[in-house]
Amino acid sequence: MSKTFTLDGKTIPFADGQTIIQAAMDAGSYIPHLCHHPEFKPHGSCKLCTVTVNGRQTASCTMQAAEGMVVESETEELNAERRALTQMLFVEGNHFCPSCEKSGDCQLQATAYHLDMMSPHYDHFFPNRPLDASHPDYLLDFNRCILCSLCVRASRDVDGKSVFALAGRGIKSHLIVNAKSGKLGDTDFSAMDKAANVCPVGVILPKRRGFAVPIGERTFDKQSIAEYVDTRLTQGED
Amino acid sequence: MNNKEVITHSLYLDPILERYAYCATNLMQILREAQENFGWLHPDAIDYLIEKLSVPRTKIEGVASFYSFFYLEPRGKYRVLFSDNITDRMLGNKVLMERMCSNLWVELGKTSEDGLVSVDFSSCTGMCDQGPALLVNNIAITNLNEQRVDNICELIREQVPLAEWPAEYFQVVDNIRRKDMLLSEGFVSGKALEAALQRGPQGMLAEVKVSGLRGRGGAGFSTGMKWESCRNAPGEAHYVVCNADEGEPGTFKDRVLLNSYADKVFEGMTLCAYVIGAKKGMLYLRGEYRYLLDQLNAVLEQRRQQNLLGNNILGQAGFDFDIEIHLGAGAYICGEESALIESLEGKRGTPRNRPPFPVTHGYLNQPTVVNNVETFAATCHIAQQGGGWYAGIGTAKSSGTKIMSISGDCARPGIYEYPFGVSVRQMLEDCGAANTQAVQVSGPSGVTVSAAEFDRVLAFEDIGTAGAFMVFDDSRDMFEVARNFVHFFAHESCGFCTPCRVGTSLLRNLMDKMHYGHGSPYDFDEIEKLNQILLSMSHCGLGHTACNPVLDTIAKFRPAYESRMLHQEFSPAFDLDWALHEARQMTGRDDIGAHLHILKDKA
Repeated sequence: MSKTFTLDGKTIPFADGQTIIQAAMDAGSYIPHLCHHPEFKPHGSCKLCTVTVNGRQTASCTMQAAEGMVVESETEELNAERRALTQMLFVEGNHFCPSCEKSGDCQLQATAYHLDMMSPHYDHFFPNRPLDASHPDYLLDFNRCILCSLCVRASRDVDGKSVFALAGRGIKSHLIVNAKSGKLGDTDFSAMDKAANVCPVGVILPKRRGFAVPIGERTFDKQSIAEYVDTRLTQGED
Repeated sequence: MNNKEVITHSLYLDPILERYAYCATNLMQILREAQENFGWLHPDAIDYLIEKLSVPRTKIEGVASFYSFFYLEPRGKYRVLFSDNITDRMLGNKVLMERMCSNLWVELGKTSEDGLVSVDFSSCTGMCDQGPALLVNNIAITNLNEQRVDNICELIREQVPLAEWPAEYFQVVDNIRRKDMLLSEGFVSGKALEAALQRGPQGMLAEVKVSGLRGRGGAGFSTGMKWESCRNAPGEAHYVVCNADEGEPGTFKDRVLLNSYADKVFEGMTLCAYVIGAKKGMLYLRGEYRYLLDQLNAVLEQRRQQNLLGNNILGQAGFDFDIEIHLGAGAYICGEESALIESLEGKRGTPRNRPPFPVTHGYLNQPTVVNNVETFAATCHIAQQGGGWYAGIGTAKSSGTKIMSISGDCARPGIYEYPFGVSVRQMLEDCGAANTQAVQVSGPSGVTVSAAEFDRVLAFEDIGTAGAFMVFDDSRDMFEVARNFVHFFAHESCGFCTPCRVGTSLLRNLMDKMHYGHGSPYDFDEIEKLNQILLSMSHCGLGHTACNPVLDTIAKFRPAYESRMLHQEFSPAFDLDWALHEARQMTGRDDIGAHLHILKDKA
């Protein structure tokens, strides 16, 4: 690998075809992100990974790295805008961290901490999103969905099942499952699916496993999201 | 599901599936025709489609729920959608809608209990010069007034089939007020193609480049460069796509071109096919123009008879090209070229990540030219009279003519074709506008031009435009104009990216908050911040431009905002009285006693 670009002044090597965020992560540099996952096709929807490339803003998860690019990520302006995006995600859904099983393991929460988000700032939308507890082993709490579509990609592209999909448009966009009844229990979803372990927030939850790890000893209690490597897919649910 | 139900749906689905070759790429058209047969997309019908198209249910429901005109739940036998552009508002559409709702005992957005009728609003249907307008079962009705609304209610109550409704209700006139080259008479089918064949594909491309023609959809990209990049791009097949998803509120010039100059548009597409080596072309027609479908297909058939489409066009061996029409289903975002291609492929209309661009990776990932209706029409003149001649018209950086859709407060709304460089003032004079306060050029995503700027001209180097020109006289409240546009963006955001999905709704809520008298100067800063995030973080142009009308009107019509500021220093986020509105709705009360304070909500 002889080709390089710079990220906040640091030299980052890359292979042809790699996106900026892929090369950065390989080099141990963190760019905030939520819809990106190294195992799945780039999506580019959360926009948290937006960086400045040669003066122009673009999502680093969909932009291919090129020789000599000057990329800026850790700027005050970009982090302020990322913070605002995180706030938007918080008010769009219903996120009650103190009572959430994923608190401490949640990437949205950890990203918000990383970006120094002190309040939701905007007025809450309080959408009405009923739970789906129809599956014997898994529960879907749509209140926390951030529409990153990682479960959609995992189920469609890796599991070959298309259990999940996005439906609706605009602020009415929402996650649906592949059943006439609209219930997870009527799909072929299983705990062995990649899609079962990919949710960055607390939508797809195993049943009968509440607070197995105490608050204070959870993933992001021990490390910042900037140091986090997602191993859930290779190890199964942590 | 029992057999009887399967049979019911298979009866109408089988011929549709047959016609679309059981191919999921045609999902949009299959769903549209299915719905035209049954009124909505029944879950059993979806079962049948899953089996026959070998796609998961999530795919069909994901696509169907994206488009405003597809219904996954039963709607009325008569589905009425009032066009809700600001021009319809100014012509009193809201009162007419309320009249219809109370007349038919139906609530806005709901279906009547007997399942007979549903009434709702829809984004601009492109009839601004003859509004207020509505769609009934996706067919346009124009020139609404109280009498017409009452008559429509009667026809619905009597369950008269649409085909037996008075023909004048469905009449859509061209209203051409000023003609230049594109709208001139005397175009002879095939003449432009003959001229191009004489020049050869390279020669024709050279003429387009010399002409300086730039895309008429608003972005103004060089047509010659686009064609050349596509021609040079390697691929298994090349495609020509005509963007007739004319969704920018206030624009209706493509409606007129397709109604009366379709031959010229199709010939332009064929010229492009000749240059880039395409065998297949598609015209993406917005769902609101469903009424044009049959006559457009007739024009295509005629061109096949004339050997202007099909194999060995005009005797040129190997020059094979044909065009099919693809209907949209109520999604403004599909006017964005990559979203349009997604929709053509039977998917949700989400703009793609770019690069790569459609010229190299477009329809089915193959090199594709996507041009506006007017752009294709213009290439016919370039083929016949040459690029140099064309470049001499208009201004140095904006060659040729532009067709403008003029509506709003003027005596003669309609279609005006001007060479580029015409001033706003001239256009206002021509259309008979008086006491004009502002003009919105190029729709909500365009620019609000105030009286001080009326000497500015239409040209890419000054006011670029896709063709909308909405006139507001001094009786209009420019805040309400901006609020209408903001509601439009929030409704039409595709929801893919966070900033636009949430940001457009936050902006809508801020404007509503001001409308209800709870704004404060703090909100100006909030709007400014939202604009910055939408500009820098959004996935596509919809998000980038969503704040434009608000920023423009704040800058140029600030008193319209300030008059709404009841609070000068603080920002009340919570309105106790408004918090009780659900309780009021549930108890059916709206009297003074059901309100907490004197200021009754203005909803």
